[in-house]
Amino acid sequence: MSIGTVASQAAALAAGNLSSRELTRAALDEIEARDGTLNAFINVCAESAMAAATAADELRAAGRAGPLTGIPIAHKDIFCTRGLATTCGSRMLADFVPPYDATVVSRLADAGVVCVGKTNMDEFAMGSSNETSYFGAVRNPWDPAKSPGGSSGGSAAAVAGGLVAAATGTDTGGSIRQPAALTGITGVKPTYGRVSRFGMIAFASSLDQAGVLTRTAEDAAMLLAVMAGFDPRDSTSADVPVADYPATLGDSLEGRRIGVPTEFFDDGLDDECATLVRAALAELEAAGALLREVSLPNLPLSVPTYYIVAPAEASSNLSRFDGVRFGHRAEAVTELNEMYSLTRQQGFGDEVKRRIMTGTYVLSAGYYDAYYLQAQKVRQLIADDFRKAFAEVDLIAGPTAPTAAFALGDKVDDPVQMYLNDIYTIGANLAGLPGASVPCGFTGGLPVGLQLVGPAFSESLVLNVAHQYQLATDWHERRPAGAD
Amino acid sequence: MALSDDEIKHVAKLARLAVSDAEVPDYVGKLSRIIDLVQQLDAVDTSGVTPMAHPLEMAQRLRADDVTEENCRDAYQASAPDVVDGLYRVPRVIE
Repeated sequence: MSIGTVASQAAALAAGNLSSRELTRAALDEIEARDGTLNAFINVCAESAMAAATAADELRAAGRAGPLTGIPIAHKDIFCTRGLATTCGSRMLADFVPPYDATVVSRLADAGVVCVGKTNMDEFAMGSSNETSYFGAVRNPWDPAKSPGGSSGGSAAAVAGGLVAAATGTDTGGSIRQPAALTGITGVKPTYGRVSRFGMIAFASSLDQAGVLTRTAEDAAMLLAVMAGFDPRDSTSADVPVADYPATLGDSLEGRRIGVPTEFFDDGLDDECATLVRAALAELEAAGALLREVSLPNLPLSVPTYYIVAPAEASSNLSRFDGVRFGHRAEAVTELNEMYSLTRQQGFGDEVKRRIMTGTYVLSAGYYDAYYLQAQKVRQLIADDFRKAFAEVDLIAGPTAPTAAFALGDKVDDPVQMYLNDIYTIGANLAGLPGASVPCGFTGGLPVGLQLVGPAFSESLVLNVAHQYQLATDWHERRPAGAD
Repeated sequence: MALSDDEIKHVAKLARLAVSDAEVPDYVGKLSRIIDLVQQLDAVDTSGVTPMAHPLEMAQRLRADDVTEENCRDAYQASAPDVVDGLYRVPRVIE
């Protein structure tokens, strides 16, 4: 059975052509058959998924189904799921079973969505290739020798590989958009504070935002309609009304001003990717949009800014993993500080330790002003660039990543090369803006993404433009071998 | 800028992260490269720029000081490595 899209599954359920049990069984069968290669899942919860599917079918029979009732999806393993192991891709939490659900999980469950399992990810979401996971690298469904990107690489591979129609993700520096681009699917990172961070294991709290990976913008709109909204349990949740995302997907692009930043087409961008992104921009122009060149002069500083702010916040957030209240604890220790430091040495992987060390260094006595404070000032300059641009245009568009998927193992020994992968995505995180990646072509048989970034709380517009692009093109309908 | 072995050991101590002598050279190499990357910001003129406190300039919300959560100690302690009589047990802190 073809997994299809969230919209096609919802239509089949509503028409009575399929039950949630059949859809959920099909997803579990696909995972069983093909995840041995992809390694997209850390945990599969077949039993609870079938029980939730049965409950969804009963709700439908009682005439109480909503638009998402009975749709099987997967959650990135960064979202706490009550009674279901949540590892964050780390040895530190390999046996952690949360006592509560993340708000993202409970909101989707309340809407009748069925969770089939938890997807693989870079450890604590720190990585751009999914190779930092304690549970092994995820493989790209388009070429198993290639990375699916990261950190939401398991979610991306699960959707691109046709195991599920949708999966949740998180994006701190590009972790939804970059893997979406590298696997040829749609990924949406909402505005900072739009989706609750409650129960989402923290990496860098001023940047972290939850979102979705789907095959189409329409599917993303359907899921975000449920996920977005104020949550009193998240101290930075935005108390701003949620727009009706699906309602405006069909709006015309006539007269929409789309800004193309010169800084997105720098020397680091692969020539073929540049050509494909330019062609996608021409497609938007053909649909009625007006292209304008804009400049984000401080954008090239976004990688160094991010690699101060994010590790600094991570070093603070990850201090909670001390072997006392949850997670791994080192054995055969005689003294408290020894327990802390051995627990953390054993529980964290190399990249996480590097970020903790970097963050601790930039926050240490005598360095705070030179690093963290300066980075927060440059961050303001970057946000100002976006503000100025949005005075002239409605939306910004460009590439999502500098290249198509790279080979597994290619960049593991060079953290700085790995960090430069996020050069086009980090700006939106630093400025707190919503962004999306949609497939816009192929180079060497591998997908390439077009990135859209809008002003704060313009998710409706981002989704509308992405949907209109997908009406005019069929890149999002291409499937890797074995995926339907 | 190259970090020294002693700086790595000092930062590791601050971070409560055990680092063996064998691991030090790798940290020196990679962290030095990361610090080189982020030091690009030294050259940026930020005089008069207010450091960003929140990406959307929102203020921290306050709430009424009411009890809203029930006591879930047993559930929370179920995932703790070592618990005795509702208390978290750790190795000796002082002699």
